[in-house]
Amino acid sequence: MKRSSYFKDVVGRFKTHKLAMAGMCILILEILLLLILPVIMDLKPYEIYSGFGAFPSKEHILGTDNTGRDLFARLIYGGRTSLYVGFVSTLISFAIGVPLGMLAGYYKGLVEMVIMRVADVFMSFPSMVFILVLVSVLSPSLSSTTIVIGIMGWPGFARQLYGSVLSVREKEYVEAARAVGTKNLSIMIRYILPNSFSPILISFTFGVASAILQESGLSFLGMGVQVPKASWGNMLYAAQSVSVIAMRPWMWIPPGVCLLVTVLSINLFGDGLRDALDPKMKL
Amino acid sequence: MNKEESLIRVSGLSKEFDVGKGFLSKGKKLKAVDQVSLEIRKGETLGLVGESGCGKSTLGRCILRLIEPTGGEVFYQNQNLLELDQESMRRMRRRLQIIFQDPYASLNPRMTVMEIIKAPLDVFRIGTPGERVQKVMEIARVVGIREEYMLRYPHEFSGGQRQRIVIARALVLDPEFIVCDEPVSALDVSIRSQVLNLIRDIQKKYHLSYLFISHDLSVVKHISDRVAVMYLGSIVEMADKAELFSNPAHPYTQALMSAIPVPDVDVVKREIYLEGDVPSPVDPPEGCRFHTRCPYAAKICRQTKPQLTDMGNGHYTACLRQKELAENRKPGTL
Repeated sequence: MKRSSYFKDVVGRFKTHKLAMAGMCILILEILLLLILPVIMDLKPYEIYSGFGAFPSKEHILGTDNTGRDLFARLIYGGRTSLYVGFVSTLISFAIGVPLGMLAGYYKGLVEMVIMRVADVFMSFPSMVFILVLVSVLSPSLSSTTIVIGIMGWPGFARQLYGSVLSVREKEYVEAARAVGTKNLSIMIRYILPNSFSPILISFTFGVASAILQESGLSFLGMGVQVPKASWGNMLYAAQSVSVIAMRPWMWIPPGVCLLVTVLSINLFGDGLRDALDPKMKL
Repeated sequence: MNKEESLIRVSGLSKEFDVGKGFLSKGKKLKAVDQVSLEIRKGETLGLVGESGCGKSTLGRCILRLIEPTGGEVFYQNQNLLELDQESMRRMRRRLQIIFQDPYASLNPRMTVMEIIKAPLDVFRIGTPGERVQKVMEIARVVGIREEYMLRYPHEFSGGQRQRIVIARALVLDPEFIVCDEPVSALDVSIRSQVLNLIRDIQKKYHLSYLFISHDLSVVKHISDRVAVMYLGSIVEMADKAELFSNPAHPYTQALMSAIPVPDVDVVKREIYLEGDVPSPVDPPEGCRFHTRCPYAAKICRQTKPQLTDMGNGHYTACLRQKELAENRKPGTL
């Protein structure tokens, strides 16, 4: 039997997308480095050395920060933090937004009205200000930052899925499923979700990128991940002073570049995924 | 008509859609199906013809409660389907199936052929998983889907093959009644007859009753036992196929018949051209709904709404002037 698998097709289409492949390779490499380096190297991100703001040297290949901590170690640990916040908070948004968007789109009426209006209210908050306030109420930390970014992100997913569900639920194959007596939950999971999932899967990747940026923004303002814990954002915090920007580029260029490359790679990956998941795109 | 042998009995079925309902405007009612009554007997095919937008598909879906009707009754073996709660209706769907018009839209693109045909069995948990696969294979053989295609996805098939999959899905639950909603209109002419014959063959094999919806008179003539003609949400004429085609009583039916090309140069046909378009079902004409386009419309047609009445021998028509017209018509001129 010739088996043509949807998944295989997707992989095939993805492979033809050069930039997306590059993005994926960079991401995989980055994640591997972030996971392995702390194990094989003796990295001490919290240790304070004698030279404050020292120029890169043999001992500290990226120099030290204003407090005298090794910047390379902090870059690695900071990367772990940033990716962690990015993924976990987006997962939280996803876990809230997907079921709500599905329910709103499928049942319409009162359910739709309540869910979508709540989403509207969430979306009309100036989110950065709101996150700042919430984080400061909960006291800034890694977990509070993650949770707050996650909670604030759900309306985007809910709305997007809601939009696709609205169109998919009118498809004839959904009516056909109803005609053979399929239960609502099963219609949602087996018929509607798979056919409305690709846009939201792509948004997931972009969501990770934007959550990483949000965390950086928060940390840059001093309301995100708190020193001594490192994140790329709070490493950039140092660049708030003009003298650092001008005189000590080793303190902000590496985390800045890492942030840029990571977010760019994720976005490229997402673009490739979008093309690959569209079954109408032929190889 | 004998009540005992009727499988589906529809009476006074109506469906109104709200249109143009806005924040301030109250909106209007679109009467897609208006007081339709009909009967489908065991093992028979009732053809339902009419122009696009006359409510044929809505009627078919209302009978299956895929669209919730706003009035009337649908009896299936003396059980009023419209009185059933959601769960009982869901269970009833084993017996009542539908074949959709567009085989490109009615198959879930993310499921294999095997999954698609097996899904109804899974829903009703019929037999063991192994038996379900057996049943799917058996049905696939009947409709002519080759075994090696079972793990493919719908987009790999042609329209005709897809329609076979749709038919297999409708058959797998051993239904008694199937609504065929223009099952061949979306197909190439070259494969229409194959699919039509398949639909007819399975009817004999499984003793099915059909409501066969189509806008194509020749298709309906090919497959039906009885034919109902629909115009603007109402049935205007209903009779045995032979009777309807040889002796159409309603002016609308006559117009439809005269539009069928006759492959014989010697036959002088009296063609009846209908003027204008179908009126909007939002604002249907008063009285007889056909009077705006009827060549025989008289004053009474603008005032009184005709009822579907039996002319004898099961030939029903809804025309106020039917008797006069029948007398004036010379035999043999259609």
